[in-house]
Amino acid sequence: MNQNTVVDGSEKSLLNFLGNLSGVDQTGANARAAMLGTRSIKTSSKAKAIDLAISMVDLTTLEGADTPEKVRALCSKAVRPDPSDPTVPSAGAICVYNDMVGIARNHLDSIGGSHIPVAAVATAFPAGRASMEVKLQDTTDALAAGAGEIDMVIDRGAFLSGRYMKVFSEIQQIRALCAHNAHLKVILETGELTTYDNVRKASFLAMLAGADFIKTSTGKISPAATPPVVLVMLEAVRDFHTMTGVRIGVKPAGGIRNTKDAIKQLVLVNETAGPEWLTPTLFRIGASALLNDLLMQRMKLRDGFYPSPTYVTID
Amino acid sequence: MTTFDYAPALESRSIVTIDPSYGHFVNGRFIEGKNHFASINPSNEEVLSQIALAGSADVDLAVKAARGAYEITWSVMPGRERGKYLYRIARIMQERAREFAVLETLDNGKPIRESRDIDIPLAAAHFFYHAGWADKLDYVGLGQSPRPHGVAGQIIPWNFPLLMLAWKVAPALAAGNTVVLKPAESTSLTALLFAQVCQQAELPAGVVNIITGNGSTGALLVDHPGVDKIAFTGSTEVGKAIARAIAPTKKKATLELGGKAANIIFDDAPIDEAVEGIVNGIFFNQGHVCCAGSRLLLQENIAEQTIEALKVRMAKIRVGNPLDKNTDLGAINSAEQLSKIESLSASGDDEGVHRWSPPCELPAKGYWFPPTIFTGVTQANRIAREEIFGPVLSILTFRTPAEAIEKANNTPYGLSAGIWSEKGSRILWAAQQLRAGVIWANTFNKFDPASPFGGYKESGWGREGGRHGLSAYLLSNENGEEK
Amino acid sequence: MSERIEVKKTYKLFIGGAFPRSESGRTYEIFAPDGSFIANPSLASRKDLRDAVVAARAAHAGWTAATAYNRGQILYRIAEMLEGRADQFAREIASLEGINEQDALQEVHSAIDQWVWYAGWSDKLSSIAGSTNQVSGPFYNFTIPEAMGVVAAIAPESPSLLGLVNAIAPIIVSGNTTIVLASTRSPLPAITFAEVLATSDLPHGVINILTGNKSELTPWFASHMDINGLDISGLEDSQMVNDVKIAGADNLKRIHSFHESASPQRILSFMEAKTIWHPIGI
Repeated sequence: MNQNTVVDGSEKSLLNFLGNLSGVDQTGANARAAMLGTRSIKTSSKAKAIDLAISMVDLTTLEGADTPEKVRALCSKAVRPDPSDPTVPSAGAICVYNDMVGIARNHLDSIGGSHIPVAAVATAFPAGRASMEVKLQDTTDALAAGAGEIDMVIDRGAFLSGRYMKVFSEIQQIRALCAHNAHLKVILETGELTTYDNVRKASFLAMLAGADFIKTSTGKISPAATPPVVLVMLEAVRDFHTMTGVRIGVKPAGGIRNTKDAIKQLVLVNETAGPEWLTPTLFRIGASALLNDLLMQRMKLRDGFYPSPTYVTID
Repeated sequence: MTTFDYAPALESRSIVTIDPSYGHFVNGRFIEGKNHFASINPSNEEVLSQIALAGSADVDLAVKAARGAYEITWSVMPGRERGKYLYRIARIMQERAREFAVLETLDNGKPIRESRDIDIPLAAAHFFYHAGWADKLDYVGLGQSPRPHGVAGQIIPWNFPLLMLAWKVAPALAAGNTVVLKPAESTSLTALLFAQVCQQAELPAGVVNIITGNGSTGALLVDHPGVDKIAFTGSTEVGKAIARAIAPTKKKATLELGGKAANIIFDDAPIDEAVEGIVNGIFFNQGHVCCAGSRLLLQENIAEQTIEALKVRMAKIRVGNPLDKNTDLGAINSAEQLSKIESLSASGDDEGVHRWSPPCELPAKGYWFPPTIFTGVTQANRIAREEIFGPVLSILTFRTPAEAIEKANNTPYGLSAGIWSEKGSRILWAAQQLRAGVIWANTFNKFDPASPFGGYKESGWGREGGRHGLSAYLLSNENGEEK
Repeated sequence: MSERIEVKKTYKLFIGGAFPRSESGRTYEIFAPDGSFIANPSLASRKDLRDAVVAARAAHAGWTAATAYNRGQILYRIAEMLEGRADQFAREIASLEGINEQDALQEVHSAIDQWVWYAGWSDKLSSIAGSTNQVSGPFYNFTIPEAMGVVAAIAPESPSLLGLVNAIAPIIVSGNTTIVLASTRSPLPAITFAEVLATSDLPHGVINILTGNKSELTPWFASHMDINGLDISGLEDSQMVNDVKIAGADNLKRIHSFHESASPQRILSFMEAKTIWHPIGI
């Protein structure tokens, strides 16, 4: 069974599928996530986890005040996160607003970072409150500027009011625009979905509509990528794989600020979706400050003493 | 594919000091024992210490100490002051929590994660909860000034050594009784550490007495004429023997005995949490739990997918060194218990039931059993009827809710049950129909000092925890008192 | 005109709402204190007990599922019907026990009042014996008292009617069903009382009444594995009490005896506390 046969594209089959999804008990999901949060990752596994996390970071800047200079600095950091240590892997991607995509792409290509994709937040990010024409144009612009990944937002208003087909159709249209040229990450903005039942439902909705990744948050709303939300999304991609044989990626974004948080995410992946997801092609972490903490923890493991923040570059 | 193996993360055992041998704790100090037996770390068969075996003279001494303390200090002390001692004990247990956790794990074989996050904090919570009752006994519901029984003889099992001690000692002391406690033969060490806590708390001598030994010691305690009240947690077989032993006496008893709980999963269950609940229900504490959800009842139309999901989940269970902070399933408590689990599981094989365990490497030394499920089990199979007290789950199916209830209640036990459904009215209906003292709906194996715990039918007499549990340690002065 | 010959009553057992003779065919003779013959009630056998337990077990599901309000009304209805026949009971008790009719009537009135008192308890039990428990976590947790199942009773030798009522009213008000062994010496009011029950609203099998030999039947009560609880307030012999407790241990029967006739403790002793947990979440 592939994903196209799960629903036939009609509203009826979509509603039927979403209506039959099992519920999520909030207390139970919180307890499971908290238990996994007690995993103690030390020494060699910590070193490995740190490098893995670095390779999964979507190094992100999404400020109105972003400058070309800042974006170029971020690109340099993505390619060589620790200039003093070439064994540090490069980051997963650069994630910026539309107007910075070209700048990022060009700079990455010029410094040996052509393997690092640029992700553009699109479709009237972060609120998604625009016409479909605007969303499509927004995406077209990003693709034209060289975006290899599109991080689109869903219409939460439509989702919450039960107009699932509208959300489904919007994702499908962006999917079509991306075609095979760009990966599509669908941002659910879980902080606005309010229940884990909705997170599970929105995850499936996005996957059925053609998402390559499901992403928790814009980073503009709190709570964002809490462990239980990521747990619920990981369960959804695991179940989707069981149903269709297709592996969809997961990207928590927002609120993951230090190594401990990042390792908790990797434990969630490992023990929920499984180690198959422990690759940047299936798991990313949207973050900015996180990378420096990962680098400092890496130095500590390497050198045996605690580094000063002055030894890592500011963004 | 990247693998993410967790490097060993061992909790340091340097925090505990284990003496080469221990005596009994009587009248506020340790006294030498005559005969000793070894206490073994079940995860590697290392001898941890030599434990004294109490005979009739030791039991007599302990009961006399308890009687003396009851008459001279504890029963005349205002409840407010008794409560302060309990608060002190609770605080010291919290202060020394890590030490207790490591010692419990060494002695019992349970994962440090569980002793650290569940056993020890809950034990301290029991003392906090009951401390607050000590000066409020008029409000228990037994009328004004209910009386303590006097000396409580308490016999506890090896599955939650310190926690069971807390369940017994805290309400007994709050109510104004003094106690003689006998820990289980294979797990005495945290009780002996608790004796030190009593000393640090300056608890008056004789209020808590701890004598170690085996079943014969327990029998001596039950039979001792100076004991007024028996509290026992353990097997139904021993519980019945106690009931017979006290028949000719005025002794009262609370008995927390065996179980064979049904964990019922309806087709509208929150399935991922239900799978967690199944795992927690049977693999928590190696399944050494009287209220374990050892019979899984799956609604037919979701049985196959749920078993698949359960297998995927079980493959993630980390079996190994109990001191490793990432261990989920520790050692079986004793060679004796291991052979019981092995033999009952073999009966499943013999009866043609299908056994499955995830691939997992068991340590070479020590007592180990992998997480195991049996599918295609019927009510007639031994593994569906007898308490295994190990990480072994029997899976049955049902078609209608009525059938689920019928199967769930088809046991002489009645301790606990689980219900998983997203439909409120169905949960309440099932909860009403189930003949069990603790019903977990959309959760399992949750415990709290404020929550009464105990069984119907052959799962025992009385409750522990909450107002109900406390009243078992009190006698009413009002009319209506039993003869 | 010749004197009218009285039509005498045949005293049988009361099982599942019917009045069978003992399956054993046995009876025993009851005499008044003056030595005159009164009746040949059934001498129940262990098989009659077995049948009564089956009837009580079968009645349990329906009785315990009835609303507490409904059970309370049915108990009150028993009181109403007893009231109407108070004089008849008084005469029967007086002739059997050799007390004057005034004292006998007093006993009947007490029995009626007991039914009224216990009837009122039916819908108040969980408010005095239940609780919501403040556990440390996102859970709603509550404890309710629930009927135990089949709870039998050995009624005292006297007072024959009041002793019987004291035993069975607290057992059944909560939703238990019962088998009661009536006074061996004065069993007749119990069977006359069964006639009251048979025409009341009480479902068949909720109360089953046996007459017979206490020392013969008590051990069978104690050892029966489908009896959950046993009120032995009517047992005087301490050896028999011990034997009952020992035999009852085989299924951990809840065995109690009471001093007081009217106490909620008599009800609650034959109830189980059931604690239910449910998570709180959105």
